[in-house]
Order: sequence, then C-alpha cells, then structure tokens
Amino acid sequence: MDLLDNLLLGFSTALLIENVLYCFLGVLLGTAVGVLPGIGPTATVAMLLPITFNFEPVTALIMLAGIYYGAQYGGSTTAILINLPGESSAAVTALDGHEMARQGRAGPALAAAAVGSFFAGTVATVVLAVAAPPLAGVALRFGPAEYFSLVLFGLIVSIALARGSALKALAMIALGVLLGTVGQDIYTGTPRYVFGQRELYGGIDFVSVAVGMFGIAEILRNLENERTRVSLPASVTGLWPTAEDRRRIVGPILRGTGLGAALGILPGGGHVLASFTSYAVEKRISRRQDEFGHGAIEGVAGPESANNAAAQTSFIPLLTLGLPAHPVMALMVGAFIVHGITPGPNVINDEPALFWGLIASMWIGNVLLVLLNLPLIGIWVRMLRIPYQVLFPMIILFAAVGTYSLNFNAYDVYAIAFFGLLGYVLIKCGCEPAPLLLGFVLGPLLEENLRRALIISRGDPSVFLTRPISAVLLLLAAAALVITVLPAIRERRDTVFTEEE
Amino acid sequence: MLAGGIFVVIGGAFVIGALGYDRGTALRMGPGYFPLVVGAIVVVLGLAIVIKGLIAGEVAAFGPVSWRAVAVITAAVVFFGFFIRRLGFVPTSLVTALLAALASKRVRPLVAVSVAVGLTTTATLIFVIGLQLRIPLWGL
Repeated sequence: MDLLDNLLLGFSTALLIENVLYCFLGVLLGTAVGVLPGIGPTATVAMLLPITFNFEPVTALIMLAGIYYGAQYGGSTTAILINLPGESSAAVTALDGHEMARQGRAGPALAAAAVGSFFAGTVATVVLAVAAPPLAGVALRFGPAEYFSLVLFGLIVSIALARGSALKALAMIALGVLLGTVGQDIYTGTPRYVFGQRELYGGIDFVSVAVGMFGIAEILRNLENERTRVSLPASVTGLWPTAEDRRRIVGPILRGTGLGAALGILPGGGHVLASFTSYAVEKRISRRQDEFGHGAIEGVAGPESANNAAAQTSFIPLLTLGLPAHPVMALMVGAFIVHGITPGPNVINDEPALFWGLIASMWIGNVLLVLLNLPLIGIWVRMLRIPYQVLFPMIILFAAVGTYSLNFNAYDVYAIAFFGLLGYVLIKCGCEPAPLLLGFVLGPLLEENLRRALIISRGDPSVFLTRPISAVLLLLAAAALVITVLPAIRERRDTVFTEEE
Repeated sequence: MLAGGIFVVIGGAFVIGALGYDRGTALRMGPGYFPLVVGAIVVVLGLAIVIKGLIAGEVAAFGPVSWRAVAVITAAVVFFGFFIRRLGFVPTSLVTALLAALASKRVRPLVAVSVAVGLTTTATLIFVIGLQLRIPLWGL
C-alpha cells in the first residue's frame, strides 16, 4: 500500500536520532516560550524562527513544527492557569479552564487539554497523510486563474477569524495586501514605495510585521495599566482526572477532533473558528449548560482538541497548495523558502522524505508533548512567575536580535518598531492584526497570479469565470463575503463571540 | 472612526504613490496597477468605517495610553537597528535592554540595570556563542 510505504519513509526520516532530538528541542522551546504570558504561537514561532535556519531543511522544518505545537500547548497552559491567552484560539480554553483552576482543579483541566490535544493530533495527522497526496494532485492542475481565486477565497474566509467588525477585518486584509506591494515589482523590477532606500527593495520582511504586530503591540498594550501580577495556584496537584471527568471528556474530544480536522483545512484561520465552534457545540448539547463558564471540563477538552486538530490539518493547504492558512503557516512558508524549497504541490514529489518526514514528525511531536508536559508542569508554573518587568525587555531584545539576524538588515528592525506602533493603534481601534498579516503574506501571490492569468488569457478577464474551479472558488468567496457582511448573520456571529468572552 | 481615518490616509498615500508608476493596461499590468486598485479599496473601506462610526455616533474611546512605554520601546528598537553595526552586539544589547526595561512605570533603576545586564549576557550566550551569529561582540 502506498500510504504505508510513504509513512514508513516518513518515520524512517523522522526517527533519525537528530530529527527526534530537534523535534524534542522544538517542542521544549516552543512550550517554554509559549507558556510566557501574552505570547501566543505566532509570536513564539516568529521569535524562534531564526534558530532553525542553520539546520538541514528537514530538521529545520521538523523543529519548527515542534515549536508550533509546543507553543500552542504552552499557550493553553497559560490560559488555564492565569487566564492570559496568547492567541484568540486559546481564549476559549481560558473560559472554563481558568475557572477550573480557580476551583483548584487545574490539574484535570491541564490533563484534559493534553489528552484531547494528543488524540486530536494523532487523528489529524492521519487525515493529513491520507488527504494531502490527492489534493496535491489536483493542485498540480491549478493555473494562475485558480490560484488567484483560491487566494481571494482564503482571504475572505479569514474575516471569520477576526472578532468585531467585518468591515474592519476586510480593511485590515486590504491594508496587508497593500503593504505586501512594497519592494521590487516581480515582472518589471520597478522598485515600489522604497523611498530610494536600497534596503527596502526586497520588500518588508514578514517576520518584522509579525513580531511588531503581535509582539511589540501586545507589550505596549500590557504596559497601559500595569496591574500587580495575577495570583497563581501554588502548585498543581492531582493531575489525573477523576473517573467522572474521564467519562465527560470522551464525547467533546471526539467531536472537537472532527470539527477541527474539517475546519483546519479552510484557508484563513480555521483553528480559531474550530475552537469557538466546538465550544458552542458542547455548550448546546450539554445537559449541564449552566456549568459552562463556571468550570465545565467539556469546555476545555472540546476546544483544545478542535484547536490541535485544526493546527495539524492547516498544514494541508500549505503542503498541497503552498497557501498558508494561518499566520504560523505563513512563517513556515518563509522557512521553506529560506531553505530553497517552494511550498506547493511539487514538494510531495520532489522532496518525499521531507514531506513524509514532516508528517511523521508531527505525530512524534505530539507524543513528546504529552510525555514532556505532564511531568514538567511544575517547571512551566515556575516560568509563569517570571515578572513581566524582566519578560518584556527580553521579548524586545530577542525580537530585535532575531529579526536582525535574518538578513542583517537594519530596516527589518526599524520595521518592527513601525509595525508595533501601527499595530498598537489599530488594535486600540478594534482591528485585529491577524487578517492584516494574512493579507500581507498572500498579497504578492494574489498580484502575481492575477497578472499572470491576464497575460496568459491575453487580457481577457472572463478567464476567472470560464475556468470551472476558479469560478466555483470565486462564487464561494462572494458567498462568504455576503454572509459575513449581512447584518442578520453578523449579529449572530457577534453574540457567539461576546457570549464567550 | 480613527481606524477608518488611518485606512484612508495609508490607502490614499499608496494610491498617490501608484500614480507615479507605470499603470500599463489590464492586459499587461504595469507595476502601478495593482497597488492603485487595492489602495482605492482601502480608502473606500476606510471611508465606510468613518461613515458608519459617524452614523452610530461612536465616541472615539481610546483608553489609557502609556506614552512612556510607546516612546521608550520605539527608541529601544530603533537604537538597536541603528547601532548594531556600529557598536557591536554587547553595548547595543545593553542599551536596548535598559531602554526597554525603563518602559515600565514601576521599575526601579537598579532592577532595570540588572535586568539589562542579565539579558545581555543571556542574549550573547544564546545568539553569538550558541547560534554563531556573525555579529561582532564589540564594535568600534
């Protein structure tokens, strides 16, 4: 069987001693940084990205993927223990998770999150292994018109991941696309918006935008009103869930996994959608609805499983189409490119060891995560005690060093400050930074494929509608736009979000 | 409201910039075509946000801002970018970390200094010695 052969190849790559080692290191580092309050997976991966550039491509990507799950898990730990989610997807976990921690049941909450994540990760890895090859086959037949429509669809769907006004999210996406045009034009080489600065010819570095918008802006927000630190549970005891807990989390984990695996494939932030949807579903079908928000273990297990399943399957659009579905995936694109690999449908044929090795390592990463986190929880709790006064200068310094080390370009560092300020102002105005980041990453793809499609069709714009796949995608994009902007549905969407805040 | 204004300003700036580049035709788009269209979309969305805010009678509630943090952190990052090539890793990191530490209103000077020293040591160990970054430790 093909699948078995491929998985065998994958495991033989991923189980090389150095790959296991760096996977472990990635998970460890990712958790350590992700646990720090206020730092979500995106910021963690952005900060640790430069570390991986010195390795072999396979090792680097395996380590990066490890950092990603580690960061995700670390973020949930912070959300549960001190109610400071680093990213919107962990915000759901904080609702009931932190409530459980306050009732002295932090242990079972963390265990439910870990077990749920592990199960979801395992299932989603299989989904990824089964679904990716045929999708890559389809993707090979994609022309520029299809890519354009697909990117547009992804961008519009990503509105769903922003809280608050859909109009603002749309504007943030467009702004991101616009910022992506800085630098040399791909077809003519004309420098655009560089103000005569040679350092800007290569465009604005993605890492600067990510670190500025998610790292610096967040620090500025936290420094607005410095509170005394949140009190922590002295120690986490009784990790093991009771028999009743175990019985109660089975259903949510199964449903969360299914939801997450399906929604994660959507280009444009399916994982946030997945955790919110899972929470809403669990709340609706539960017989103890009034317990939700007051420490219902279902409200931890479901969203955590959904989140982790979606995190795995969001690799599908990346590995098959070269489309990042999520800011972290956009960073992965950067990592692929640094190693001279263009992510897309060709990876599976050109680099089978890398492709299957990465998939196999995801499962290994999940195993390591469980082995690592449950015993080490004491250390993570201690990391939470690092005072913010030490933490934020560290983030700033490391962000500056890390970004500078990418290209040794001072403009990348200035860009952090610029995007930090811009992000801060926009966040204060109620605009979420994630859509901007996606627009920024996908914008150049959008422009390139638009122009290429029009050149091939000799300037006939109907090409986007006469090619069936492209037409369907555009139709879906239009439908998604109508749905998010229509007031009636938006109201419902707002209530979904406010209810859970 | 303010957000809308920002979108209008940035979008407008890009549109004006795009006018200076060759627009080409729809058949063979020049470098100016795409930014012009997207810039215009940003301006329109920005205006829509402003108008919506006006109709809703939205009050620009901005909340507290720590100007000290904004100024000091910006200065710290820019300092790093500007001096890393000139002063070398250790002095630049030290000043950046010190500036950053001072962003907090509650920090005591002694704490800030020790944080800066500690972070510089850690960063040097991790980045220059551990990861072999090609940045000289000491500059001119």
